[in-house]
Amino acid sequence: MHERTKNVDILKEIARRVRIDLLKALHRAKSGHTGGSLSSVEILVSLYFSELRHNPKNPRWGDRDRFVLSKGHGVPALYSVLAHAGYFAREELMSLRKPGSRLQGHPEYDLEIGIEATTGSLGHGLSAANGMALAARMDGKDIRIYALLSDGELQEGASWEAITTSSYRKLDNLCAIVDRNRFQNDGAMKDIKDIEPVPDKWRAFGWEVETLPDGHDFPSILSAFEKARQTKGKPFVIIANTIKGKGVSIFENQGKYHGVAPTDDELKVALNELGEAA
Amino acid sequence: MSRTQISDFLVDEVTEHVYIRETYGKTLVELGREYPNIVVLDADLTVSTKTNLFGKEFPNRFFTMGVSEQDMMGTAAGFALSGKIPFASTFAIFATGRAWEHVRQSIVFPKLNVKIVATHAGVTVGEDGATHQALEDIALMRVLPNMTVIVPADAVETEKVIRTIVNHKGPTYVRLARAKFPTIFKKSYEFEIGKARVLREGKHVTIFAVGIMVCEALEASKILEREGISACVVNVSTVKPIDVETIVKAASSTGAVVTAEDHNIIGGLGGAIAEVLGENYPTLMKRIGMNDRFGTSGDGLQLLEYFGLKARNIVQAAHELLEFNSQKKSVVL
Ligand SMILES: Cc1ncc(C[n+]2csc(CCOP(=O)(O)OP(=O)(O)O)c2C)c(N)n1
Repeated sequence: MHERTKNVDILKEIARRVRIDLLKALHRAKSGHTGGSLSSVEILVSLYFSELRHNPKNPRWGDRDRFVLSKGHGVPALYSVLAHAGYFAREELMSLRKPGSRLQGHPEYDLEIGIEATTGSLGHGLSAANGMALAARMDGKDIRIYALLSDGELQEGASWEAITTSSYRKLDNLCAIVDRNRFQNDGAMKDIKDIEPVPDKWRAFGWEVETLPDGHDFPSILSAFEKARQTKGKPFVIIANTIKGKGVSIFENQGKYHGVAPTDDELKVALNELGEAA
Repeated sequence: MSRTQISDFLVDEVTEHVYIRETYGKTLVELGREYPNIVVLDADLTVSTKTNLFGKEFPNRFFTMGVSEQDMMGTAAGFALSGKIPFASTFAIFATGRAWEHVRQSIVFPKLNVKIVATHAGVTVGEDGATHQALEDIALMRVLPNMTVIVPADAVETEKVIRTIVNHKGPTYVRLARAKFPTIFKKSYEFEIGKARVLREGKHVTIFAVGIMVCEALEASKILEREGISACVVNVSTVKPIDVETIVKAASSTGAVVTAEDHNIIGGLGGAIAEVLGENYPTLMKRIGMNDRFGTSGDGLQLLEYFGLKARNIVQAAHELLEFNSQKKSVVL
């Protein structure tokens, strides 16, 4: 099994390097989703370096915990985390979005690189996670299933169908995380189609809810995962308040960086801020 | 047609490449000024589909539906039931895939006057990859009774199509793409729903094409001409209702047919032409398109190359047909 840590300094350093690599990959690809990749970094680093039982050297291990990236467009962050965890070489990140590459623009099911489900069309991932959680229960497996959703994704009706299934089936082996950066493709969610109050809605749908004021703070993310593991009889959701574009000042809370890659100049600024010479 | 049998509608040389979705956005704004009944709905892709241009000028007739494509189609149905002319836009995969059954039940079955104008169809979507490349949308829309399905070939045709469908009562699907399209038509080009346009007459092989592949088909006809093969090129921009008369005539004038589309060869233009010819004038044919496979990430226009959707692939198909036909003839003789 992969070594896990709760050392915040180590996790912070991994997050910094994950950001650097995902930005370089996006820059090389000249397209992709910058803002929503950066907002998920601490959540993904917490999962792969502290929470999940998994083995990058044995990606088909039957008793691994499962993770589904329902907000598939944020996959540059996941690829970077998977590379750092040892699923594949960091150099492969530079093949992002190229023909035939394993690192496609949106995640395609491929256990060799640690991708558990094909996503990218929003509103699909939690259903797949439900299926995995039901199967694990059926097989008497003591494993946990995690799914990361975006807040814009909660505008999809299919998301709420899945949210209902999880609670009706009392899937306490399932933990959902919402990357609540309050932006979607076209701008701030409140200007497009507001979906608040998000925590109350999940609660009304039968979930145990934990809201994190700062979804980039490792200790609070880790303790929320701990609580999730201890919760019985209900699915657990962590609503993580995050900052779209987190970690690079020029991208933070800037709606327009949702679906574009960093330019040469922007990459320089970003690497500089992240303490890496270009 | 001039003596060279090339349509007067064609430019002499391609000099312009245009985002046809931008043409859509601009045309919608102009129509908005003429038609107070037009309302526009979009599912969180307004910058990509270019409906944002309409939104800026007519904020009160513009509805951002969020990432809720099914809800958007249902809402468009409600607008149509209340006398409005709704245009609903998003990426083709979500408009026709995600929302298919809402489109079928709420819009097309009751013949409602909803204009679904979807962008980002085909592999030319590019880097977003297979999940976002609609290769089935023509098939999914064409299979619905009452539906009109239109695939413009360039910016000039896109503008004419959008202007035409405003006055056409009934459900309509227009397929647009992300990449820049070469402008092949002069401003004088005439579009008519249900009319296929012969762009070039020929004796040996007929190429039926839609969308960006019309330009590739014309390119192919030039290559073939240099080889002494005369190719007829037909723009089948209305895939439904399909122009049986023109198609049968064009196919029977050569006896060899190639179809070309940025779509699965199953169910799309190739399928539609095969249906028409199978029942009216059985003709040997080859289909150029996505050969029953999914796409991949990559530069949109380079992917046409990657998947064999270029002029030279059409040329090769023509060669194979002509060779087969000549062998067949010698056997018969
Ligand atoms: C079903 C579906 N509709 C539309 C899209 C296009 N799209 C990609 S990301 C996005 C919205 C992004 O906002 P959000 O879901 O909040 O993600 P984040 O802000 O975390 O990047 C949209 C509309 C999609 N991927 N899937």
